[in-house]
Amino acid sequence: MKDFPYTESKDTRSGFGAGLLELGRTNPNVVALCADLVGSLKMGDFIKENPERFFQVGIAEANMIGLAAGMTIGGKIPFTGTFANFSTGRVYDQIRQSVAYSGKNVKICASHAGLTLGEDGATHQILEDIGMMKMLPHMTVINPCDFNQTKAATIAIADHHGPVYLRFGRPVVPNFTPADQKFEIGKALMLNEGKDVTILATGHLVWKAILAGKMLAEQGIDAEIINIHTIKPLDAEAILASVRKTGCVVTAEEHNYLGGLGESVARVLAQELPTPQEFVAVQDTFGESGTPEQLMEKYGLNEGSIVEAVKRVMARKK
Amino acid sequence: MNPFNYDTEQLLNVAHQVRRDIVRMVHAVNSGHPGGSLGCTEFLVSLYFKQMTHTPQPFNMDGVGEDLFFLSNGHISPVFYSVLARSGYFEVSELATFRKLNSRLQGHPTTHEGLPGIRVASGSLGQGPSVAIGAAQVKKLNGDDRLVYVLTGDGELEEGQVWEAAMYAAHHKVDNVIWTVDYNGQQIDGPVDAVMSLGNLRDKFESFGWKVLHTDNGNDFDQLLPVLEEAKTLTGQGQPICILMNTQMGFGVDFMMGSHKWHGVAPNDAQLQEALLQLKETLNDY
Repeated sequence: MKDFPYTESKDTRSGFGAGLLELGRTNPNVVALCADLVGSLKMGDFIKENPERFFQVGIAEANMIGLAAGMTIGGKIPFTGTFANFSTGRVYDQIRQSVAYSGKNVKICASHAGLTLGEDGATHQILEDIGMMKMLPHMTVINPCDFNQTKAATIAIADHHGPVYLRFGRPVVPNFTPADQKFEIGKALMLNEGKDVTILATGHLVWKAILAGKMLAEQGIDAEIINIHTIKPLDAEAILASVRKTGCVVTAEEHNYLGGLGESVARVLAQELPTPQEFVAVQDTFGESGTPEQLMEKYGLNEGSIVEAVKRVMARKK
Repeated sequence: MNPFNYDTEQLLNVAHQVRRDIVRMVHAVNSGHPGGSLGCTEFLVSLYFKQMTHTPQPFNMDGVGEDLFFLSNGHISPVFYSVLARSGYFEVSELATFRKLNSRLQGHPTTHEGLPGIRVASGSLGQGPSVAIGAAQVKKLNGDDRLVYVLTGDGELEEGQVWEAAMYAAHHKVDNVIWTVDYNGQQIDGPVDAVMSLGNLRDKFESFGWKVLHTDNGNDFDQLLPVLEEAKTLTGQGQPICILMNTQMGFGVDFMMGSHKWHGVAPNDAQLQEALLQLKETLNDY
């Protein structure tokens, strides 16, 4: 099992803020909108340097999505910022009609996704957003794993023409991916080659998968770990290549098992290469208040849950 | 500069033909929304043949240097399609494909099939003002001094998003947008006042910070054109502009006029003939 050294832990939302700041300096067409959550989204530095390219919308997310769609007409690249819950479910119809169906070049940037928002509880902890967004034709769905990758993804989506849903979060997590990485939309990243099981993880679960890989190595299990930062379009080729080798797969995500990464993987496998699969995900429930660590443990989204899932799925291998 | 800059007589000629197009289009597929389309004919004809600076060919999505129009109440697509075709955005013969399989003229307007003249999909109500205001702010960023027009229905104002947009435009002083409300007093389930009272719309828009104009008869070019001119002169003064435009749903076809019953119902064969007798063929039928 490879080692993944890191010097600090940081929040992915700050990676978004850093990426947006860099875009402000390098791409004059990038504009940003926020629905009264500038601090939470870490948009302050961009605003300081580019006040004329920032639009405070107030607590009015539906209007924000429509404004962003309109701002593409005339060549701007709007980045909207609010919590994942208010970026998706609250404004699904606006995204559907004014952005996705209209093919508008809007980047929907969503923080505080999943359980790790913590104490605010289930009203704010969306676990359905990946499903809603991936169902929309033309929508790209990205869920990076750490600060550096979120920064790189933020910069990369400005060069991709079309609507994008970029999902990130609040807690600090080990910042282990390279600072100088080039983010390639739709390209899965091999983290650790192995032969016994494939672990496909996205977002905050990528680090948990690395921790699980180490525990498994100590038990003599050689896990292949792949970072699926782009859920749509899914890198089916990389997934199939790995699963052909290992013969079983565990998917891990901070999302409902309905509609998430696991289902996307299952569709590919069912069609191309039927394979035993286990799902580390929330089991079709809402979240609740608690610290991020408590919630990830209670809802089975930690390294221990991944190890157990690996054992279950390996037992099902023919 | 408008590419036509028609006088009132020429505008009337276009309006007659547009009305023929509307009733023929909805009759041909036994579906669509003739009532609001007929009611907004003078408005759209005025914009495209007199008021707006625009370039039908080649259509440019970004519309830099052009006035832009957004139809928020997308169900009145028949009048939009007819006016776009008659002003040269696409061939008039394509009107025959309205609402049919594989057509660019979908039931509600969309960019998805690449129909020239359409800049955003509409149909699910209440979204157009937000889009228009966003486009207007980008015109300012781009140093483009042209205007952005948006049309909504009156029943559409029951959607909350329009008031989010109204608040935003006033706060950000988006003074290059002109929002016209088709104030015909009708919606699908009946008169607007019976379904959901709008209260005093002028007071509402004014209290949100908009400059409000009004016309009693948006189906009379002599009354409508001066209001549209006045609206232009009021732009650039720190306030967004609203026009409350009284129209009659179904205007121009006597048995369709003033009733919500023709909101979304197509005429049958006999009704079509009766309607066409009232609408002179001024340009060639498609």
